[in-house]
Amino acid sequence: MALNGTLRPGLVQLRVLDFDKTLNFYKNILGLNEVCRIGEDRICLKGFDEFDHHSLTLRLADEAGLDFVAFKVASADELEKMKLAVEAFGYPVDTVAEGDQPGFGKRYGFTISTGHRFEIYSEVALAQKGPGIKNPDIWNEPPRGMRAQRMDHFLLYGPNIAEAERFCKEVFGMFVPEVCNTPDGNRLAAWITSSNKPHDLAFVEYPKPGKIHHLGFYLQDWADVGNAADWIALNRLKLDIGPTRHAITRGLSIYFWEPSGNRIEVYAGGYTAYPDNPQRVWDSSELGRGLFYYSGEVIPSFLEIVT
Amino acid sequence: MGENTYRINVLNTGAQFLCRQDEYVLEAMKKSGCGPIHYGCFGGGCGICKMKVISGSYRVDKKMSRAHISPEEETDGFVLTCCIKPTGNLTISQI
Ligand code: FES
Ligand SMILES: [Fe+2]
Repeated sequence: MALNGTLRPGLVQLRVLDFDKTLNFYKNILGLNEVCRIGEDRICLKGFDEFDHHSLTLRLADEAGLDFVAFKVASADELEKMKLAVEAFGYPVDTVAEGDQPGFGKRYGFTISTGHRFEIYSEVALAQKGPGIKNPDIWNEPPRGMRAQRMDHFLLYGPNIAEAERFCKEVFGMFVPEVCNTPDGNRLAAWITSSNKPHDLAFVEYPKPGKIHHLGFYLQDWADVGNAADWIALNRLKLDIGPTRHAITRGLSIYFWEPSGNRIEVYAGGYTAYPDNPQRVWDSSELGRGLFYYSGEVIPSFLEIVT
Repeated sequence: MGENTYRINVLNTGAQFLCRQDEYVLEAMKKSGCGPIHYGCFGGGCGICKMKVISGSYRVDKKMSRAHISPEEETDGFVLTCCIKPTGNLTISQI
C-alpha cells in the first residue's frame, strides 16, 4: 500500500543483448507475459498479477544495463506538483510524450545524483490481461516457470547516494526503513520505500554512475524460491547466490544472471514497513550477515558485478 | 586432444587448458580449474571475464557488451571470454 503520492516503481526499461535467449528467459522461465512491441527494438512485458499495462520494457542494445526506472504517482495533479518539486530540488526535467510506451501517458524524466534516469507518470491504462476483479480467481492462466507475480524493486549503484536518498525522501515522500554506514559514518547503502514493502528501491555507493545491481521480482513464498532455483539449474542459468535469506528486508531470495548479463533477483516475504517505525542501522562490518543471514559472508561477485 | 579441441595458454599465469570448438573459453577455463577465473553473468553483459587474445583464432559467438569492449578493442583482440569459442590454439592474457 502506498503511503503517499508516489505509488510504486511501475516501469523499468532494461537493455538486453538479444531477443532470443533473453526474451525466452523473461517469458518462459521468469514467467512474465509479453504485452506488446515497440518497433523493432523494444518489447513490453508484465507479471501475471499486475494490473497496469506493462512493467518491464526490454530494449535491444549493444550493452546490457538500465535505461530508466519510472515511478507511478497518485494523480495528474500530484504529477505536476512533483515535477516542480524535482526542479526545485535542482534536477532539470524533460518530458516524454504520451504514447512513447503503449498504454502510458506523459512522463517526466530527470537524472539524479547517482547518474540514473528516473521518470514519473500518473496515467497508465489497465492491462487487457490483468488479474480478475469480479469474484476473481487467483489467476487466469497457470503461471509459468518461476511464477514471478510482479516487478518488486531494484538496487542501483552510483555516486553520492546520500543525495539520492534525500531526493527520495524530500521529493518522492518516501521513507528509509534500513541503512548501512561505513565506520566513518558515511552511507554505504540505503533501502527506501513509499509503501509497506521493505524496499521499493535501494542504493549502494559506487564510483561509476548509472549502474544496476539487480532487478527484483516478487514470488509467493519460500517454496517458489526453491522452484526458481530448479528453473535456474534446469536452464543452466548462472547462479550468483541463494536460495538465502536477507536479514536486511528479511526477504527470501535467490540471485542469478539472465542471458544478457543483467542480474535478477526473485524474492518473497520481507517485513511490513511503516514510516513511523525506527530505522534499522547496519555497520558495514556486519553487512555480510545483513545480506546473507545464513552464511554471514558476502561473496565478492555480489558486491563487485553490476551492469 | 581431439580434432575439435584446442589448447588455450594463459600468458600471465602459465596456465594451460583444453577447450572444444563448441565451448566458450570461460566455461573451459572454469572446468579446468586454472585461471585467472573471473566470472559473473556468463552472458556477455557484466564484463568481469574480459581478457586479451594475444594470438590464435576464435569466433565471437555471443554479443559482447559495448560497455566493456569498444569496437577498437574488439579489433585489438580484447574479448569477453564467456562469448568466444576457439577455432585454433589460443594464447590469452589477463588485462
Ligand atoms: S562473465 Fe559477465 S561478461 Fe563474461
Ligand atoms: Fe533485492
